Amino acid sequence: MSGLIDQALAERVLARALANGGRFAEVFAERRQGQTLAIDERRIESVQAGAEEGAGVRVVDGATTYFAHVDGLDPAELERAAGEAAGALRAERTEPRPLQARDAVSLPIERRPEDVPAKRKAELLRELDERARGRGGEIAQLNASYAEARREVAVANSDGLFTGDDRTRVRIGVQAVARRDGTVETGAETLGAHRGFELLEDDPGQIAEQAARKALTLLDAVPAPSGSMPVVVGGGFGGVLFHEMTGHGLEADHIQKGASVYVGKLGERVAEPLLNAYDDGRLPGEWGSDAIDDEGQPTQKTKVIEDGRLTSYLYDRLTAERDGVASTGNGRRESFRHLPIPRMTNTYIAPGDATPEAMIADLDRGFYAVSFGGGQVDPATGDFVFGVSEGYLIENGEVTSPCRGATLIGNCLEALAAIDAVGDDFFMKTGICGKGGQKVPVGTGQGHVRVRAMTVGGTER
Amino acid sequence: MTELSAVARRAVEAAAGAGAGDAEAYVSREGGRQVRVHGGEVESLTAATQSGVGIRAWSGHRVGYAYGTDLSDAGVAAIAARAAEAAAVADEDEFAAPPQPAEIEAVPGLGDPSIAEWETARVAELALTVERTALESDPRLVGVETAVYADSDEQVAIASSTGVAGFYEASSAYAYLSALAEGEGARETGLGFGLARGPRGLDPEAIGAEGAQRALAMIGAGKPASRSCPVVLDETVAASFAGLIGGALSAKAVQRGRSPFAGRLEEEVASGAFALHDDGREPDGPASAPFDAEGVPRRRTALIEGGRLRTYLFDTYTANREGVSSTGSASRQGYRSLPSVSTSNLMVGPGELSLEGLLAQAGEGVYVTDVAGLHSGVNPVTGVFSVGASGRIIRGGQLAEPVREFTIAGDLVAMLGAVSAAGAEPRWVPFGGSVSTPPLLIAEMAISGS
Repeated sequence: MSGLIDQALAERVLARALANGGRFAEVFAERRQGQTLAIDERRIESVQAGAEEGAGVRVVDGATTYFAHVDGLDPAELERAAGEAAGALRAERTEPRPLQARDAVSLPIERRPEDVPAKRKAELLRELDERARGRGGEIAQLNASYAEARREVAVANSDGLFTGDDRTRVRIGVQAVARRDGTVETGAETLGAHRGFELLEDDPGQIAEQAARKALTLLDAVPAPSGSMPVVVGGGFGGVLFHEMTGHGLEADHIQKGASVYVGKLGERVAEPLLNAYDDGRLPGEWGSDAIDDEGQPTQKTKVIEDGRLTSYLYDRLTAERDGVASTGNGRRESFRHLPIPRMTNTYIAPGDATPEAMIADLDRGFYAVSFGGGQVDPATGDFVFGVSEGYLIENGEVTSPCRGATLIGNCLEALAAIDAVGDDFFMKTGICGKGGQKVPVGTGQGHVRVRAMTVGGTER
Repeated sequence: MTELSAVARRAVEAAAGAGAGDAEAYVSREGGRQVRVHGGEVESLTAATQSGVGIRAWSGHRVGYAYGTDLSDAGVAAIAARAAEAAAVADEDEFAAPPQPAEIEAVPGLGDPSIAEWETARVAELALTVERTALESDPRLVGVETAVYADSDEQVAIASSTGVAGFYEASSAYAYLSALAEGEGARETGLGFGLARGPRGLDPEAIGAEGAQRALAMIGAGKPASRSCPVVLDETVAASFAGLIGGALSAKAVQRGRSPFAGRLEEEVASGAFALHDDGREPDGPASAPFDAEGVPRRRTALIEGGRLRTYLFDTYTANREGVSSTGSASRQGYRSLPSVSTSNLMVGPGELSLEGLLAQAGEGVYVTDVAGLHSGVNPVTGVFSVGASGRIIRGGQLAEPVREFTIAGDLVAMLGAVSAAGAEPRWVPFGGSVSTPPLLIAEMAISGS
């Protein structure tokens, strides 16, 4: 962190931020570096490198936050930003506490991606291309991307906290297009982690094959059914179901504004006793993990549902203060250009004891949503929707035809209470979550999960 | 020459010095502020400045890109060197070439002095008025989750080794709220918004009233029965779909076989009631500018006329590949991104009917006022979609009870063919890009509910 902002400067900035009053001030400094490249039509393209630096200063007084951010880490500019943030305040100067440097232990990176030659990353993309096309001539198009990003952050605040983190993430994504006569279908897959290039040393080509397999499978798809029916949701990214259905509604800013269906439900039964769920920002190497959140609070494992009862909301500093509790280390921001707000890290349903086979075998008719393209929720009303990227009919206890164009829709509280089986085949996947105009990396996970009834919105009656 | 233009020139020279055959630099500087209010108080006040440069370097027919925030001489030189290095990693592409300069004509009225004139306290009052108007509208309006005012003033300069040189400044302001209404045991949300070049162009009472009215209208909503029926899309929903159509008309998607409109040029792709054009110089358009993200003049491009597909949208690369001229349709998400083909101001042609007229013509159907899950429920390659929706039942040609938790499904091209009328009053909507559209009547769509 000292590479970003030294202690004396941080102290000057905080003093300047509180010069016109305020009960809390913070400076968040950041250096962002990244590289991305892509392959499309068998050509390496969109080769990009970026480097940005900057800082955000906030001052809190009463219920109001004053925030200013600047590009660059020039000391004079940082002090100017502090002055700008404090500009609207007219109270007595308050004094920050002296800073106490506290080291956070960043997640280990074995092989720094910036030390890997770009040509090697290009070769990796060519390998993905070959592997996907190797699945047959019906793979008509393939595009894949590689992205690495490093965020070095430092946080200093008027309570005397001075800490930092060094975060490196690597992610690859593949989209395959399959074509047969007039039918076109797509399949996508991603692999990512809060790790270095070591992530890609163990057969990353398999994700290209998976993307190709999805696209090829859909060539035989029938239009999705519509209506209410039992739904079995696949493991991994199936966890986006819980992320949207429950996770967002537990973020304390929504709760405190009355804009969540989980208001007043703490301690209450919201699901069957078989359901246990967590938000855990400390999972080693996971996409949504960090050593500290973007307010300098160490990340933690928070149990949000225990045996079907709601046990905790997710807090950042200000919402925790308002509720008189401790932050759960969920204060995250996209960059120094944004204010921290309560966000999920890695959210998951803990493994249960059912097997996917048994869940499916029980059903005469149902829908099997193996994976989603994504989802969306309005936490205030609880209405959610998920686009199914790979789905099948379940008929007489067996998985039958693949379906195209399915969407799952429902209301959070009803659907959460309707989960009647949780599988033992747990794994995690990566996602990019948007809220309030800010995107952050999040992990989602679960084993297979069955929902007693959900509305499938397709085109078939 | 402006300071930004000088930075752009310096960046182009630095790239040449780093070994690039050709280079282009895009420099932007933006100042902005945002006020969020809640419960009659200012919740947060943000003052922002940001600036940066993005450099595209060509080495023969290889292209590389680098960007950064350090605009000092040494900083720009380092970014230029990284762009040249990046070019060495890319594969040869015979159509990759820098744009040639063309005469650029200014677009008047892109700036609004009221941004500088209105002090922060005054724009905070605007946001508070948005919230208060909603809260005072009805006792069932129990809260406002968030009400926001934001503005920004952006300067853009571009320069290239082929002689492209341009500069413009544009401002924008918007306000919105998410209102919460309660009734019949449930909470409902309603969005109200307004867009302008500066705060004086916004009507806070109208924005607050719209959010309140949308939330109140949803009280007591139930699930509609599954059916196929006429559907009226309000402006916000029509804009979201227009944005998807605009994306599928990008020549990049078409050339790479990832668009439902590939190979359909001059074919009938829509009913005669649906006309679509893109206009990067429209005086009221939020995305208007004299030139696009690679310095090519913005212009008006007819996309769908008389039901026929007239052209795709091209940037320099896709135009070279097709042997045509760029339509000035390169866009970027600021200096951090490479230019890519996208719409500027997408405009759906108005028809003759009022909203009441559209509802009357629909007879028995559904009026859709909100859609959710567009990023996951639409396949842009095939055009097949199924998205969450809410709105009102249309009965006897009039609005009846509210409905939610249903999906509308179909495919984009079939939907365009089924547009039976467009409303007479278009509105600018910030969804799907920057879109101006009236409400649209679709003759038949699949509704999946209970």
